[in-house]
Parts: sequence; structure tokens; C-alpha cells
Amino acid sequence: MAIDMQPESDRQPGREPGGREPDAPPPPARPWWRRPAVHTALAGAVIGYLLGHLLGNVIAGQYSQVVNSGQNDYAIVLGYVLGTLGWLAGLGVFSDLLRQMTGRPVHATEEARDASAGLARYFRYSLDHKVVGLQYLVGMIGFFLTGGLLAMAIRTELLSPSYHVFSSATYTAIVGEHGTMMMMMMSSLILGPLGNYLLPLMIGSKRMAFPRIEALSFWLTPAAYIVLLSGLMFGGFPFGWTGYAPLSVQATQGADAYAVAFGIMGISLILLGFNIIVTVICYRAPGMHWGRLPIFVWAMLTTSFLMVLAAPVLVGAMYMLITDRTVQTAFFTDDLGGSSYLWENLFWFFGHPEVYILALPGFGVVSEILPVFCRKPLFGYKVAAAGMVGVTLLSFFVWQHHLFDSGINPDMRPVFMLTTELISIPTGFIFLVAMGTFWKAKIRFTVPMLFALGFYFNFLIGGISGVYLSDVPADTTEHGTFFVMAHFHYTIMGGLIFAFMAGLYYWLPKMMGIRLNQTLGKIHFWTMFVFFNATFLPLFAVGMAGQPRRVYTYARSLETLNDWVSISSFLLGVSILIFVFNFVYSTVIARVHEEGNPWNSRGLEWQVSSPPPPGNFARVPVVLSGPYEYGVKDAPPVADLDPPLGVISNAYAAAAAEGAEV
Amino acid sequence: MSLAARVTTLIVAVLAVVGGVIFVVAHYLLGGPPTVDFAAATSGQVNVTMQTDASSDPATVPDHPTWVSYFIKSPASGSWVHTTLFQVPAHTRVNVTILGYDGSTPVRNQVWGQVSGTTGGVADYGGKPVKTVNGWNGPYLIQHTFAIPSLNLSVPVEAGPATCTTGPCTNNQHSTTTFSFMTPAQPGAYRWQCFVPCGLSYLDGNGGPMQTFGYMTGNMQVVS
Amino acid sequence: MPAADGTVADGAGRPEPNHGLRIFLLWLPVALVADLLIWFVWGPHLPPGAMSTSAATQQSAIKIMSVMAAPVMALVLVYGAYALVVWRHREGDDEDGPPIHGNTRVSVTWIGVTSVIVLSLAVFGTVELAGPAGAGAGEGNTPIWRPSGGTPLQVQVIGQQWRWTYRYPQFGGFETTSLMLPVGENVQFNITSLDVIHSFWAYQLGVKADANPDINNVAYTKPEHTGQVQVRCAELCGLWHADMTTVGQVVSLSAFNAWTATARTQLAALTKELPPYTLTYDPNAVAQLGKVFQKAGLSGAGGGFYGSQYPVQP
Repeated sequence: MAIDMQPESDRQPGREPGGREPDAPPPPARPWWRRPAVHTALAGAVIGYLLGHLLGNVIAGQYSQVVNSGQNDYAIVLGYVLGTLGWLAGLGVFSDLLRQMTGRPVHATEEARDASAGLARYFRYSLDHKVVGLQYLVGMIGFFLTGGLLAMAIRTELLSPSYHVFSSATYTAIVGEHGTMMMMMMSSLILGPLGNYLLPLMIGSKRMAFPRIEALSFWLTPAAYIVLLSGLMFGGFPFGWTGYAPLSVQATQGADAYAVAFGIMGISLILLGFNIIVTVICYRAPGMHWGRLPIFVWAMLTTSFLMVLAAPVLVGAMYMLITDRTVQTAFFTDDLGGSSYLWENLFWFFGHPEVYILALPGFGVVSEILPVFCRKPLFGYKVAAAGMVGVTLLSFFVWQHHLFDSGINPDMRPVFMLTTELISIPTGFIFLVAMGTFWKAKIRFTVPMLFALGFYFNFLIGGISGVYLSDVPADTTEHGTFFVMAHFHYTIMGGLIFAFMAGLYYWLPKMMGIRLNQTLGKIHFWTMFVFFNATFLPLFAVGMAGQPRRVYTYARSLETLNDWVSISSFLLGVSILIFVFNFVYSTVIARVHEEGNPWNSRGLEWQVSSPPPPGNFARVPVVLSGPYEYGVKDAPPVADLDPPLGVISNAYAAAAAEGAEV
Repeated sequence: MSLAARVTTLIVAVLAVVGGVIFVVAHYLLGGPPTVDFAAATSGQVNVTMQTDASSDPATVPDHPTWVSYFIKSPASGSWVHTTLFQVPAHTRVNVTILGYDGSTPVRNQVWGQVSGTTGGVADYGGKPVKTVNGWNGPYLIQHTFAIPSLNLSVPVEAGPATCTTGPCTNNQHSTTTFSFMTPAQPGAYRWQCFVPCGLSYLDGNGGPMQTFGYMTGNMQVVS
Repeated sequence: MPAADGTVADGAGRPEPNHGLRIFLLWLPVALVADLLIWFVWGPHLPPGAMSTSAATQQSAIKIMSVMAAPVMALVLVYGAYALVVWRHREGDDEDGPPIHGNTRVSVTWIGVTSVIVLSLAVFGTVELAGPAGAGAGEGNTPIWRPSGGTPLQVQVIGQQWRWTYRYPQFGGFETTSLMLPVGENVQFNITSLDVIHSFWAYQLGVKADANPDINNVAYTKPEHTGQVQVRCAELCGLWHADMTTVGQVVSLSAFNAWTATARTQLAALTKELPPYTLTYDPNAVAQLGKVFQKAGLSGAGGGFYGSQYPVQP
């Protein structure tokens, strides 16, 4: 069943996946500017956009709707779509496919991998999961900082209810850009960089299952990012990240940017999740059975199922929105047989799993880090895995709690109230596991551990406030207010981002062989923890006091609280700047090398050198014991990195002789 | 790479990012139509003259010439400015004259056919005072409404005899709607908008110009 | 985990304290004090107040959930603080911790307790929802939880970009921009929209219901005190979403009757021009629409987004 189950030497020599045929001629040497990379991709994007725009004008330029409104959504959408395809073509995504179709030897991606050691490979369509992981890392940090800057702009406007730095139009555009940027791009914040980089290392594989899909899932994200931001040039979109129709059908061209960007990102999520699922199922090293899977891998697997099952609904909804806006399909127009409820249902059917796409990887990271710094086995490993599976299943049955006031089918409300409250049981497992792991532990306050502890504190508040929102009577006051906003910032900013930081401080020595400065890290943690709470805790009160979400002006009586929040948020921004400084300083200037196992971790990924050699493991390892056996007397090493030849085939033969299914 | 090369690359990258952010903030976030200043009141009154046009001269309004739009006459230069932002003193009587160069569109909600919040509760259509206009049936047809909801001000604007498509227009083929109201004592920005669905080819007629500053909605800035 | 595992001597011979008992003794006063404060000090002032039956329901729901949440939060925080202080790594100790892989008894207890809390919350929420006629939330066009006794006062709430108007069908169907309600009467809001999705939120009344185009969303409440009501829009509806506010009034029944009588007379001219009262609001149902179209050569009061066949031409 599994492809990479057998050690290298047991296998027939053959073509490396994604590589060229052994007897194919070597690729021609070309100057750097003729090799596909970011610059050719940009050129492809520009050509594609212009072509699409032209096509749209030819098709629809004379439609009365286009002439009257002075906006040609056809041209813009086609421009975005062809621009994205041009971007991918410029990167060389399709080169191998075309070569295979025309029967020529495949070499373009091989060339991209071989001929560009050093920095240049990070700007190419690389099939190496470690390169993609770092590409994702830098990309995601960039997307996060962009969203963060927009958040600063939001808080600047909210400093005063009467004096306006931005107009209400600009403000709603900023709110929409911030929300969409954070919700759609941050879905891959952990699975993109840490997942792609670490998953093969954690399960003892030499690579991900589908290197091309992996690289494609990354290269779609800059396209989505640019498309989304380009909406600002058309005045942005006035409907937040939720894009409620018919407002999103009514809006100006910025809405096209929203729909196309979200759609592209949805496709990227599907590809990312799909690849991870197959990798986890098929690419585990011998001995890495389900009961030994690191808990972070469980989190990645469950999150990936959410992505693969939920994101198609999003892509479909975005497609319907685009056709409503262009060819007037009226999916969301009540008068013509459509329904505004349809969008709400489609969107939240994606949207609620989406918030668990954001939460589950965080659970995984902190649960993975906890045993290392408690020097104890993870308490209730099966409970933790079951909790994640439970959350995954339940998250598809709760979406109507976003619509408690909408008037959809009121007699189903107790049911959705129940499912929503039920989901707090598996979520509570995460706390059970943490508290059990703390019991008589030897807790070391390293920077990753501090962030993990911060995660638990924040997620406790975020989770408990979520229970309020699940209750219909309480939700009637809190729905659509800053209370909701504070709640999901506690789970996403306080949860996901804190977990990401924990993971980054923990795994960056593995990924880059470079250690982040720990003193700056501690300053970063304490400022971020304090100002995060100072920013978002008062927002529960602001929401309860009656401030709706996404408003550029508010009741004068709430000015003091809002000012407090704004100033705290600026200081939170300073804290993020400390992180950026630390990251850049440590990786570019100081470069303190860290090659061994600085945390003395039992994780399989830490058993190889940092950064891992090409192919990760010289031989596919045989996993001998679980990753959390701290303090266990006579625990075997986590894996045999140099298994004797034939050990696996012999084991399989023995098992087959006993009649076991292999 | 050597340390010097790395630091140089870093500085260039930082400058590029900072420059990009400043560019975006300056261009997209702080840009917008100008504000016409009526703050210098004469004898406790200001006279505001506006016009509505079905579409505009692309030379004057390069962004969206096909959109229906307001223009405000600058008291200083006497020229028509393409904006919907104006500034008036607090607690002052404002005499508004709206020259209608646009054709008629019915309101979505007939409530907005009623004049409210003006001095005397009426508006003048070419000299004739009106209280309630049926925008669906006449005798007067309306093209837009001028409404400042927080002052409960709402005035339907009479449709013009002809449609002028090259705003700002200066011919006399227009309707004239006049009314007066008192500005509030509290300084601040007071939004005004139109309740007629005049964003042609936008769903419900409320997109495009109806939600964009400089066209059919804006702010009345009240200063003390 | 507060599993009482007794006093087990550790390697140094010093008796291991009963951590479970100590955590319990730390937690108990914290939880008690927190609950007493929430119930007696904070509870009566919790939003959204008690101006109406639905607001009072929401206030009590928030209060009761806080009382249940506080001990849980206190347990996790006290446990965490205790762990960080007592079980922190000490300098020179390079031993790993005890290899505890799990404890079925503790896990089962935890799952059992959280399940009981969660299920009781769900039952409580359902009771609170059904009892006071839907707790002020929008119930769609076929409400299943209705107030008992008599015909309620009907108020149609019409959301449009960007203002609320109110129609009183039991008083001749006049439409106005001000919201006026009598105290002590059941009120039935019929919420609808002319364009995009809004959300009618009468804060002090504890009423929140989305206004969807072509949909009649019903919400019930019963004001029990006179005073001002802040009405806001709780669903982003475009440019002036933040400004879509009204101040409503809850007044005595006699004052309300006087107001309706005056408004009915004053707005008589306007009421004649309005379309007949329907549960959803269709501006295109106006009989004279065709005349306007012919006169002005227009595609209609919909902006013409869907071409000349929309809205339906007479």
C-alpha cells in the first residue's frame, strides 16, 4: 500500500517523483532570467490580466448593464482568472504537464530544483517540501503583517466617534480587507509552513505525497493575496469577510476581487489538505502506526479533512456570487427565485469548519510542545486525538448558530444550540490533556512554552465566551456585536497566532538551523500577551454595551473604552514589530546556528540534523516507540535511523506468513 | 552572502515595504473628494447651491463619468466642484438650492416622498411649496432625495425637464428645488444620502454612486 | 488533575503533599466568591437590562451562564497557576517527570462533568427560548413560540439602505421614521428589508432579528418599563451601516394612543400614497408604476440590474 515504506536500497532504481527520467538528457543550461521564477510569473500574470480584461470588454463591453454602471465585472473577473493562470504558467506549473502530453522528457521542475541552490530556489516552483515550507512561512508572515496593518488602521479610525481619519467608505473597505485577509490567508498559517515542512519529518517520510500539488497550493496564495488587495484600487468591498448577499451582489468592482481571491484561496486549501491527508495515510514510516502519530500530525490530519470537505462549498459559493454579479444568475435575489438565505447557509457551512481550520492546528502545536517542556508523556494521548476527531465531525453540524436571528427555521434552534454546546466537550479535552500533562511535571519556561501557556489562557477565555454565543437568548444580545469580534479574536489571534509563535520559536532551529533570540523572544511574548489581553478583553464589554461590529462611529459613552483598546492595539502592533525584528535579526544578521536537538525532544523530526539533509533521512527510518516517552525507564529510542537492509521486507514476510494483512 | 550584503539587502527590502505602505495609505486610504467650505456665514445664513446630473463629462469626472452625481458650487470661486462634502457653521440656517438636471426615478419607499425636517416643513418646487410628493404618479416627479437622517431632514428633489449627461451643466433646462434647514449645535460629520434607487444597473439601484463619496452621498461637516 | 492519590513519599523522603486537596481548597473560595459576586453584584446590572421580557430573559441567561462558567474558569486558572508554581523546573534537576500516560478515571470524570454541564446548558437554553416567546430573536415568518393572550401590537420594521421605518398596520397602516411602543403590551415586530440584509436591534428591548428582503421575520417582546430604546443595525449593510440608528420610545398606553391618533391624522396624505400593507414590502406593487415608466422611459425602481423584465413591468 504505502509507497515509501521500504528503505531506499530495497527499491528498484527509477525516476524520482517529479524528477526526470534517469536516461533523459540533462536540461539545457539557461541564463537565470530565462528560467521560470517569480519574475516570469509576474510577467505571465500581467499578460494574463490584460488578455482577460480585453476578452471581457469584447464580450460584455456593450451590455447595457456594463454601460450604465460604468463597470465591467466580466473584464475584471476574466482578468483575475487569466492573470492567475498566467502567473502559474509563468512559474512553470504547466511546463511538465505540457511536456508529458507532447511526449518530451520532463525536466523543467527538475531544473528548478537542481540548478538553483541558495536563495534563488525560494523564488521558484520548487518541489522540495522544505523549500515550500519556508516559502509558506515567509508568505504567511507577510500576509499576517498586512492584515495587522489594516487592523491598526481600523483602530486608528475608532479612536474617536466624531473625528474621522478615514471616511466610512474607506473604513468599511479596510474592515473587509482585514477580515478577509486574516480569515482566508491565515487558514494555512500553520499547515502551510509547519505542516509542509515538518509532516514528512515527523512521520519518517522523504517527501510529501504530491510535490506538485504542494507547490501549487503555495503559489496560489500570493495570487490570492494580490487579487484581494487589488480590490482597494476599486474602492474595496463594503461587506466584511462574510460577503452577505445581496450586498455583495450590489457592491462595486471590489467585490470581484473578494470573490476571486477567496475562491483561489479555497482551491489552495483543498490542495493543501488533500496532500496532507494522503501523506499521513500513505507515507508513514514503518512502525509509525496510528497510536504513535505525533499529536500535531493528528491535528493536521483532522484540519485537512475540514479543508477538503468545507472549502469546496466556499469555492462553489464564490462562483455563484461571481455569476450573480456578471451573468445575473440571481442565486441570491429573492424576487427572482433566489434566496439571501442561500448565501448565508453556503457561507457558514464553510465558515464554521473554517474557524476550526484555524483552531485545530493550534491545539496540535501546543499539545506537541507541552510534553517536551513538561518532560512528561502527553496525558491522555487518545483523548487528545479523539477530541480533534470529535471537533472535526461536530463542526459540520453547527453552522446555523451564526443565523440564530436570521429567521431561518426557528424550531431547529434547540438542535443547533445543542450541537454547538456539544462541541465544547471535545474542545475541553485539549484542556484535560494539558492539565493532566502539568500534573507533577517539570515545567521549563522556554519561549515556545510561554507561548503555549499563553495559548491555553487565551483559548480558555475564547472558548468560554463561545458558550455564551451558543445560547440563543444570550446570543440575541451578543450577535453581531464586538462581543463576537472579541470572542473570535481570542480563539484566532489568542489561539492560532500564539500557537504559531510557539511553533515558530520551537521549530525554527529545525527549519533553518538558526535559533531565534530568546531574550527578544521573551520580551515579544510578554508584550504580546499583555497587550493582546488589554486589547481584546475590554471589547467583550464594548459589545455587551451595544456596539455593533464594523462601525466607523459609535456611541460617545464608549469612547474611553475604545480609546483604551486602540492604544493597547498599537502597543500590540509594537510587540509584533519586536517579533519581526527578532525574526529578521536572528535569521539575517546574527544567524546563531543550532544544529542539534536544542529542546532535547523525542520528536522524530529532531533526530536528524538541522536543517535536514535533502531527502530528510538517509534511509527510511523504522519507528520504535512513541514520541512522548519522557521519563519512561528503558524507553527505546524513537526510531532506528539506519535500519539493517531487508529488515522491513523480512518483517512483512513474517507477518504475511502469520496471515496478518499488510 | 556576507554580512554586509545581507544587511544591504535587508535595508533595501525594509525601505521598499515602508515605501509601499506609505504609498497605499496616501493613495487609497486618505484620498477622496475635496470639501467645499461654507463656514463663513453671512448674517447667520449660508446659501448652498448644488446640481444633480444623470452623467458627467469624463474630463471633469474621470473615475465614473456614467454615474449619476451631485456637484456643489464653490462660494469662493463660483465654479462647480465634483464633491459631496461640504462644511457649514453650527446652528446656522442653510438655504439649499438644488438644480435638477436628471430624469425621474420613483422612490423605493414612498415615505421619502414626504418633506420633513425643513424650515416650515415644506420645499419649494420652482416657487410652489410642496409637502408630500407622489414620486410614482405626479403631478410632480422626483429624481433624488436629499436626506440627512440624523436631523430627520428628507427632501424629494424634483425631476428636471430634460436629462443632462455632461455634468456639470450650465443650461437652464433644469428644475429648481429650494428649502432651508437649521444646522445642529453639535459639531461633527452628518451623513447625507439619497433614498431614490438611482444607481442604475446596480442591484436594487443602491450600489455604485449611492455608496460612493462624491456622487450621491456625502458628509455635511458642521463646525463650531 | 485533582485525583486524590494520597501522600506518596518521593525519593528524598519528604512526604508528597496532597496536590488534589490543595488545589481544591484554593479553588473553592475563588469559585464561591466569583459566583456570589456575579449573582448579587454584577448580575442585576448585566446587559441588556430588564426593560422588556425578552431583555430580562437574556440578562438572566447571561447571568446564569456566568455563574456556571466562573467555577470552570477558576478551576483551570487555579490549577494552571498551582502547576506553574509547584511543578516548575528547578535548577540542577535533569530528571524527567513521572511517566503518566493517562488516567481513565480522571478522563471519564472530566468528560462526564463537562457533558452534564453542557447538556444542562442546552436544556436551560431551550427553556429560556421557548418560555418568553423566542427570547426576542427573529423567528422567521412562521414563529413557533408566541406570547399568550390577545392580539399583540403589530409593528412592521422596514430596513432600507440606510434607515429604519416603522409601519403600524393596526392604526391605518401609517409609516413613520420614529418607533413608539406602549408599556405592558405584547409587541410583534414584523421585520423586513427593501434591499440588502439588515438586522434590527432594539438594544434595551433585547430584540434582534435580521431584515431580509422579501422575508417577514417575526420577533416578540413585551416592554415592561418606559424609556428610550436604542435601535441599531447589527448586520453590515453597506456604507452607512454605523449610522443606521434610531432612538425609540416606550411610553404609557395612553400616551401611545394619543401619539397614534396624531400620527394617523398628520400622515394621512402620505398613507394614501403607500402601497397596501403586506408582510413583505414590495415597492413595485404600486399601481401607478407603469405611468412613471412610460413617462420617464425607465427600467424601474430596482436600478435595472436584472434588465427590463425586473422588476415586473405592468
